[in-house]
Amino acid sequence: MSQAGAIPSTMTVAVGHANRRNTRDARADGCFRWIVAAAGLFVLIALLGAALSMLWGGREAFGTFGFGFLWSTDWDAVNHKFGAMVPIYGTLVTALIAMLIAVPVSFGIALFLTEVAPNWLRGPVAAAIELLAGIPSIIYGMWGLFVFVPVMGEYVTPWLNDHIGRIPGLGALFTGPPLGIGMLTAGIVLAIMVIPFISSVMREVFLTVPMRLKESAYALGSTTTEVVWDIVLPYTRSAVIGGVFLGLGRALGETMAVTFVLGNAHQLTASLLMPGNSIAATIANEFTEADSDIYRSSLVALGFLLFVVTFFVLAGAKWMLRRMARQEGEK
Amino acid sequence: MSTTSETLYRNRRIKNAIALLLSGAAALFGLFWLVWILWTTLRTGISAMKPGLFTQMTPPPGSDGGLANALFGSLVMSVVAILIGAPIGVAAGTYLAEFARKRPLGEAIRFVNDILLSAPSIVLGLFVYTLVVHTTGHFSGWAGSLALALIVLPVVVRTTDEMLQLVPGQMREAALSLGVPQWKVTLQVLYRSALPGIVTGILLALARISGETAPLLFTALNNQYWTADMSQPMASVPVVIFQYAMSPYDSWHALAWAGAFVVTVFVLLMSLLSRAILLRNKARHD
Repeated sequence: MSQAGAIPSTMTVAVGHANRRNTRDARADGCFRWIVAAAGLFVLIALLGAALSMLWGGREAFGTFGFGFLWSTDWDAVNHKFGAMVPIYGTLVTALIAMLIAVPVSFGIALFLTEVAPNWLRGPVAAAIELLAGIPSIIYGMWGLFVFVPVMGEYVTPWLNDHIGRIPGLGALFTGPPLGIGMLTAGIVLAIMVIPFISSVMREVFLTVPMRLKESAYALGSTTTEVVWDIVLPYTRSAVIGGVFLGLGRALGETMAVTFVLGNAHQLTASLLMPGNSIAATIANEFTEADSDIYRSSLVALGFLLFVVTFFVLAGAKWMLRRMARQEGEK
Repeated sequence: MSTTSETLYRNRRIKNAIALLLSGAAALFGLFWLVWILWTTLRTGISAMKPGLFTQMTPPPGSDGGLANALFGSLVMSVVAILIGAPIGVAAGTYLAEFARKRPLGEAIRFVNDILLSAPSIVLGLFVYTLVVHTTGHFSGWAGSLALALIVLPVVVRTTDEMLQLVPGQMREAALSLGVPQWKVTLQVLYRSALPGIVTGILLALARISGETAPLLFTALNNQYWTADMSQPMASVPVVIFQYAMSPYDSWHALAWAGAFVVTVFVLLMSLLSRAILLRNKARHD
């Protein structure tokens, strides 16, 4: 204690400075921490806010039509009667067509890029497919409307009518006028859009399969197909499903590509060659023209339904992908 | 005995060959659409290009014009969206990577961010509509920028988080052991090291919003005239493309294709640039 007096005054000043600097640094660190934490919370609030605001905006529609909103096929702006069935049906059917095409093709692409192609070809082809993912959806829509729709109307629809349309049962799906626009066209354009997403996820997870597993199988005399089917796919199953769900989430919520080629027709038809409507396309087409509160509220309610569905699909995708990552971490 | 095993072997070989052929066909199928779409856009777009595109306003039906106001509107709204979204995104990414790496809250934010990353953009447009347009009573460029900022945000959060996690722990320890406060370590050491990655994320976000149409439809709406006032409805290239492509006029179709060409070239340049930055950065580290 008595030594305290022996410390030169310059040193106490220095210690005082250091103390003051320490408190200042601690305060700045605290501030910094709060700022970045607030930004992190903002992400949470943004998603929550989006959900709540749409629920709020759609309350009038939900309140007026009740649960009937979900399965009513009405869409009558004059008499203010709205139901979500037609857009829901269109969204599900187009997304289903897209997945039926995109999943096998993406699997093939991923297989080609990880097992089949010579090494020098893998990089460029993967990069090109990823470029396809970067093209804005409105370009797909325009291309679909001006280039693909005429092809569908002139060649594909008549052919489908003549050949598959005659088969009883299945034929009902493929009978219709040669308009070019319709559910099938929209599904195909969607498939082209989601192929890059699904195939790049699949490619990435295929690359995580340990080399020694594959080499062991090859050493036992397996063919490439058998290695992929019996080793790679079981090993990556949950992540592959996650990738498919990710693509499904995109397909369900895609707006512009579908709006151009779907035809904006509020009707429920079995035929895939007839124009229809999807949730996103309905909102895009009609929102600025909605002239009554209940009309606008119904469109917001549609948006809320879309949001809820895509949330669960994407959450499923995340969960599956994470399961794979965790499995990977345990090894 | 040997004949059965030989048939078995041959069958397996044939099955393998067919499967591999199919996978090659799938890759060709994917590339086929890419080439077709790009070729159409470039060919039709270039033939619709003209000098007036960048100087004239969007025309009324049937007459001649350009996309000057739409290009300007897109530029302004994208820049403002980046200015709003990128700083928040970088800060949130910093929180995830530096303060909440294994925390439940961090995991929750990461999860929500990934959902936001692939959420339908039209839903974000509806959100901003109810939040801004409905309360202020009119469409505006600010609302458009805000909707785009919500798309920028998750992209930047994700890349910042990933890039900061790649910075070696020794760097943090070395700086902290010198008595440097954490905020300074983050700003002057970690950001400097992760900068190329963060810039890449921002460029990717810019590429993504430059073609976004759905969130602008009922936030910024459209404007036939030149405006620099962001509290007014504002034109943007994607919305003008949408409107003109759906119209029955040939001159509007040509303008839509020219706009599509400009947007596509911009997006491709951005993604090539970000790829180049990442490659250069990787080469420097190896």
